[in-house]
Amino acid sequence: MSVLVYAESPKGQIKKGALEAVSYASKVAKLMGVDCQALTLGTIEDAGVLGQYGANKVYNVTSDHLANFDSQVYSSVIAGAAEKLGASVVIVAHSATGKSILGRLAVKLKAGSVAGVNTLPDLTDGFTVGKNVFSGKAMAHFKISSAVKVLSLMGNAMAPEMQGEKVAVESLDLAVPAGKVTVKEVKTIEGTVPLPEAELVVSAGRGLKGPENWGIIEELATEMGATTACSRPVADTGWRPHHEHVGQTGVAIRPNLYIAICISGAIQHLAGVNSSKVIVVVNKDPEAPFFKAADYGVCGDLFDVIPRFTEAYKKFKAAN
Amino acid sequence: MKLLVCVSKTPDTTAKIAFTSDNTALDANGIQFIMNPYDEWYALVRALELKESAGGSVTVVNVGPAANDTVIRKAMAIGADDAIRVDAEPKSAYFVAQQIAAVAKGNDYDMIFLGKETINYNGSEVGAMLAELLDLPFISYGTKLTMEGNAAVIERDIEGGTEIVSVEAPFVVSAAKGMAEQRIPNMRGIMSAKRKPLKVVAAVDCEDPVRVVSYQLPDAKSAVKMVDPENMDELVRLLHEEAKII
Ligand SMILES: Cc1cc2nc3c(=O)[nH]c(=O)nc-3n(C[C@H](O)[C@H](O)[C@H](O)COP(=O)(O)OP(=O)(O)OC[C@H]3O[C@@H](n4cnc5c(N)ncnc54)[C@H](O)[C@@H]3O)c2cc1C
Ligand SMILES: Nc1ncnc2c1ncn2[C@@H]1O[C@H](COP(=O)(O)O)[C@@H](O)[C@H]1O
Repeated sequence: MSVLVYAESPKGQIKKGALEAVSYASKVAKLMGVDCQALTLGTIEDAGVLGQYGANKVYNVTSDHLANFDSQVYSSVIAGAAEKLGASVVIVAHSATGKSILGRLAVKLKAGSVAGVNTLPDLTDGFTVGKNVFSGKAMAHFKISSAVKVLSLMGNAMAPEMQGEKVAVESLDLAVPAGKVTVKEVKTIEGTVPLPEAELVVSAGRGLKGPENWGIIEELATEMGATTACSRPVADTGWRPHHEHVGQTGVAIRPNLYIAICISGAIQHLAGVNSSKVIVVVNKDPEAPFFKAADYGVCGDLFDVIPRFTEAYKKFKAAN
Repeated sequence: MKLLVCVSKTPDTTAKIAFTSDNTALDANGIQFIMNPYDEWYALVRALELKESAGGSVTVVNVGPAANDTVIRKAMAIGADDAIRVDAEPKSAYFVAQQIAAVAKGNDYDMIFLGKETINYNGSEVGAMLAELLDLPFISYGTKLTMEGNAAVIERDIEGGTEIVSVEAPFVVSAAKGMAEQRIPNMRGIMSAKRKPLKVVAAVDCEDPVRVVSYQLPDAKSAVKMVDPENMDELVRLLHEEAKII
């Protein structure tokens, strides 16, 4: 028995979500009293660092067929590794990749699965694990009764923890089938931390009046090293790109800090951000519903408040 | 082209969520149910557009009780040709996927569309399970789908960017914002939907190892702390010293 965690590392770079998943898996393994094994796919320079996040052993599979992501290929290799290594729990990150393979792994391993978990399993009566449901309006605890279990870990639900030494990497000999999906192009947005991974997010809504005022938001975000986001009307009217739209129909995020500027706090907006650890709301309307969901509120005009906040932050940064 | 669209029924986006007294089920009192937005706005509409440009048929499938027929009729009012309902409570993603796989097997659909996730379980699980059960490629979070000969070129969201892939039919795809624009059913659609065929089939026996044991509402949020707009140093101090977030 063991816990096997797939550590995503596209182009050889270990993702933040992978470190979170490995830390989480090592805690699950400790609870169960078994080893935590990490699996990397494709060529990766220093997979041994996963030991520092709690993996007892790291396995690697390389093949030309792994160069691009195909859910059939990846899940076949991960399931193969799980069977070969005798894993009873398989963990992936709840990322674009994880979401594409979790269900396949469940079917292949005849395993019960829960997607987007954010608690450690409770082992007192079988295996029960929690996740947010109803778009963050509630939480549910799921009991899995199959011998093998498959979980995906919600991003930013648990910080990666350094807890061990580098370990040896062993290459695993598994058949890797050819895929049917051809990746033609990958376009990445340079420079900022992707929204689902961001710890600090500065977001603005329709109160901004027009795209020409975005500079005020950008300046604060740059100063803080935060990623920018927006409400749906702002993306729909083309002031900001679609990938910055957060909420029920956009990206769901759970950063440590979410600063919502001139966003009214409609329930569909909240659905995508209500799991943020700390929420700051800046709005000139004291009745804005968002204040009810906020930890800190500033009632004032953003055109005064935000430049002042940016200055205050600069001062703080210089002093610390 | 023979297309299948999986549609589910979810509480309305603005629904206030509450649970039965023992916290084991949703309290459906006063809740409006709707077609899952991603299924309706993106998956269904893109499938209809493909049919309109290349010919063929669009079938919708739902796993659920008779009360779901309203959602199914709406899908037909928007334009689906016919529908299949598997008459069973959708107990888990695994259960649902196995039921849809049983419906799809032997029917040779060229493409199977799903929404990127349901807004009640937020699982994103059914699509990959279904694809595995049918041994088909799966492309998740598609934001654009165009045909180039026999192959579909699909743009999909990935963390910090987009990926453009090409895949030959048959395949399974889940749809996210961008794939299509919402369509409002018109009177003619609503009238004709009443006469379109809705086949009800019994559930097949299958594995189902996951159960919700309890639900829980989030802890009540403590009251918001208001900060003087003239004093942004104070906000920075609170974020640093009290929230310990910067
Ligand atoms: C099915 C469905 C799904 C949806 N999904 C999403 C989603 O995913 N994400 C999303 O964001 N929305 C979504 N919406 C839309 C949502 O209901 C709201 O309409 C939207 O969030 C409002 O955006 P906003 O807060 O930017 O704009 P508004 O509601 O117009 O709010 C603007 C706010 O700015 C404040 N303001 C104005 N000027 C200033 C100033 N100078 N200084 C300070 N404050 C100022 C105002 O007081 C007001 O509170 C969805 C709607 C539906 C029906
Ligand atoms: N009961 C159901 N009947 C038909 N399709 C469903 C059902 N439940 C989920 N789906 C489809 O599966 C997608 C993903 O659901 P989920 O895995 O629950 O997030 C949805 O967007 C639907 O397209």
